[in-house]
Amino acid sequence: MSTNGQEGNGNKRTEEQAAGGIGGNVSGAGPSPESEPGSVTAGRPAPPPGKLTKADFTSDQEVRWCPGCGDYAILNNVQKVMPELGIPREKIVFVSGIGCSSRFPYYMNTYGFHTIHGRAPAIATGIKASNPDLSVWVITGDGDALSIGGNHFMHAIRRNLDLNYILFNNRIYGLTKGQYSPTSEFGKKTKSTPMGVIDYPVNPLSLAIASGVLYLEHGKPMVFGKDRDKGIRMNGTLPEVIQLGSETGLNENDCLVHDSHEKDPSVAFMLARMEFPSFPQPVGIFRDVQRDTYEDLMAHQIEEAVSRQGRGQLQKLIHSGDMWVVD
Amino acid sequence: MSAIIENPPVGQRERDVEEVETVTIRFAGDSGDGMQLTGTQFTNTSAIVGNDISTLPDFPAEIRAPAGSLPGVSGFQLNFSSRDIRTPGDEPNVLVAMNPAALKVNLADLEDGGTVIVNTDEFNKENLKKANYESNPLEDDTLKGYRVHRLPITTVNIRALQEAGVKLSRKEMDRCKNFFALGLLYWLYDRPMEPTLEWITAKFKKNPEIVRANEVALKTGYNFADTTEVFTTHYKVKKAVITPGKYRKITGNEATAIGFVTAAELAGRPLFYGSYPITPASDILHELSRHKNFGVKTFQAEDEIAAVCAAIGASFTGHVGVTGTSGPGVALKQEAIGLAVMTELPLVIINVQRGGPSTGLPTKTEQADLFQAVWGRNGECPAIVVAPATPADCFHMAIEAVRLAYRYMSPVFYLSDGYLANGAEPWLVPEIEDLPVIEVKFADDPATFMPYARDEETLARPYALPGTPGLEHRIGGIEKQHLTGNVNYDPENHHFMVLMRQAKVDRAAQDIPDVEVFGASEGKVLVLGWGSTYGSITSAVERMQAEGKPVSSAHLRHLNPFPANLGEVLRSFERVIVPEMNLGQLATMIRAKYLVPAVPFSKVKGRPFQIREIVRKVEEYL
Repeated sequence: MSTNGQEGNGNKRTEEQAAGGIGGNVSGAGPSPESEPGSVTAGRPAPPPGKLTKADFTSDQEVRWCPGCGDYAILNNVQKVMPELGIPREKIVFVSGIGCSSRFPYYMNTYGFHTIHGRAPAIATGIKASNPDLSVWVITGDGDALSIGGNHFMHAIRRNLDLNYILFNNRIYGLTKGQYSPTSEFGKKTKSTPMGVIDYPVNPLSLAIASGVLYLEHGKPMVFGKDRDKGIRMNGTLPEVIQLGSETGLNENDCLVHDSHEKDPSVAFMLARMEFPSFPQPVGIFRDVQRDTYEDLMAHQIEEAVSRQGRGQLQKLIHSGDMWVVD
Repeated sequence: MSAIIENPPVGQRERDVEEVETVTIRFAGDSGDGMQLTGTQFTNTSAIVGNDISTLPDFPAEIRAPAGSLPGVSGFQLNFSSRDIRTPGDEPNVLVAMNPAALKVNLADLEDGGTVIVNTDEFNKENLKKANYESNPLEDDTLKGYRVHRLPITTVNIRALQEAGVKLSRKEMDRCKNFFALGLLYWLYDRPMEPTLEWITAKFKKNPEIVRANEVALKTGYNFADTTEVFTTHYKVKKAVITPGKYRKITGNEATAIGFVTAAELAGRPLFYGSYPITPASDILHELSRHKNFGVKTFQAEDEIAAVCAAIGASFTGHVGVTGTSGPGVALKQEAIGLAVMTELPLVIINVQRGGPSTGLPTKTEQADLFQAVWGRNGECPAIVVAPATPADCFHMAIEAVRLAYRYMSPVFYLSDGYLANGAEPWLVPEIEDLPVIEVKFADDPATFMPYARDEETLARPYALPGTPGLEHRIGGIEKQHLTGNVNYDPENHHFMVLMRQAKVDRAAQDIPDVEVFGASEGKVLVLGWGSTYGSITSAVERMQAEGKPVSSAHLRHLNPFPANLGEVLRSFERVIVPEMNLGQLATMIRAKYLVPAVPFSKVKGRPFQIREIVRKVEEYL
């Protein structure tokens, strides 16, 4: 995936072209349904958990992103990190929408569902709510999550399902070759905005936090810079960058301490709005507040209904209401 | 009046008792007058005393249009009989009109010489104006030719409640007047009050004063009819001679919800219902959300698309994934349904059809989404389509939809409509052991598993649930390679897979019952129907057959694929007439597929066919 969609013709890939050569091994006359199973790698025997390696999470499909695309790095890292999570491979499901990033599930040797544009969180909701044992990963992009799927993004977060959400934000529509996306910078010239983008971009983290996103870790003063000589502190209601050191007489004790467990999302929201170059681009755990998940609450209501009313009896259900007998 | 309440002088006067076979009553009033409740209570009591019943509620799309206005009129028609009936009746014999607007909207439907019971208290200048009456219809010739009973229902009701010492505001007391009207009708048709009295006690148990007020209103209405000489005759409708067994009154939406709970139990898989509120399907969501003790998961989504997508996600994990909506919602879901076709997952889409296009007539019935179900998606995108024929049949077709979805790993459309959804009939409740078991097979062998290999008999692909070791695989909306399921753009493979998906759905014909012909298996005219037209068509054909006319009928509950014998049935008749609440969608399909000169008979008025409309149409071809 390119970062700006302005690459020359030689580098163009439509969705069709991108996948054109992947599976050319169906024999010419059309496969017969009675064919014997061939040597596919859909299912390899599962090694015991804890002993998995990156290779165990790598599918046999050729990866087809544009050369140099950052998506490769993400894929590489996710494949590397997966074994460390210690989750059996069969319990992992990658669910994606449409776009360059959404090809991701094909490259992971786990369960995968490449769905339709913008709807990955909705399908992931059904998967997680019906089987909370699964580790569900939503793979999406800025267009998929924030434009066509903006509503589902917001509601999936609001409901607080235990989903992992990876948003590849390259601020452009890459797969359709370079139209502006909801995160494209104001004024950016793209194929569909030759005179510059005139809508203001959305900030995914702000949106996520405003929708009630819950995540992450906590507890240090906000110090940054190569020499750790700058910090963030509050000036009235707004954040400001301060220079630390003997010249200013300020040190890390003067900096704002990150409290990711704070129930009130205001500071997390403020952090999400900080952008380079006025501020350092914050990364890491913005917010980590415990709240019951949707799938747990859903399962709990079912348990409660069963304990209150007993496990439903079909005979009783059908034979209820005002009944009468005709002799 | 209080004396009457305390000492019901039942049987004080001898009145003529006339026995009648079938009666159709329409209760009509302002949408705040409780006419649906009144009609439902009369229906329940009639069912309990052993009559056959069929109902047609008719309510406004607005929750509460301005009081007394024409758009605010709410009606409930019910047909009860000592014989087997299948429709709510062509025209009411009795109209209960609680205000001028109700009279104005409904009078034209009343049979010639029919009975009108009006609440004269509401016929004031203001209400007459709201109903666009230039003069008072109670005083001019409007009601000439009808038997009219002018009763001051509001006044008598309030006075009775006051004298009984009911401690409620005047407004609250006035709200009981529908029970007064119900009491009148109970006397007129010789119904017992006990079932309604019991219902009142249970329903309002938290508010004893309301219980008492409603009881007094009901009994006062009954006694008012008995002691005054308003009605010279009352009527008896004997028990119907119907199949012995245990019965329960049920609406289509109730039967749909219970049917899917049952189907999930029969399949041994939990039910997941994703839905977004929409008329007239929302009752299914309400009903299912009450059955959590069956492990039912109901998900009220942020929109129609999320509702179907969550159901697809649930299907992927092995739940019975069902989404329910009405026509406009289906339009939004179609892309996701295409995904379910491509990924070959079981899924049921309930469409409680209503008047369209667009928002259309949300509370009225129509059958114009058949094309949408069969052909409404991009690409060659076949899905199985079934349609219940009566409110009680909704139960059985829900089971059928789930059975076919699993057996063929395919989305299945379930086409109900507003008339079935809200209409009620007695349901001969089945025994659990008589219901079919729904077989669900899951793949579990990594050595042989291929995501897109196919069952020889059904062409269904294997169903491998996330969580199964060794079967990790990827599915999605991009074309799949035969057997491996890998992304594939090969032209031959695509052609093959398109044919395969179609062949799979076509093969379902081997698993569905033949269509049965009602009457002679060949002859001059066959009346072919689907969905909720069953009652009107069958009754019309039965009537004509009794007169010796060469007419038969057949009813389709499977619309895609059609039953295997349909072509043969159609070709056994000189003429096929297809009454539909659309512009001829089924007629178009059978003309295209079987090359028979089928004649569409269309009615798109938001109302079901009357029996006589069908009789008249068919007679043109005899």
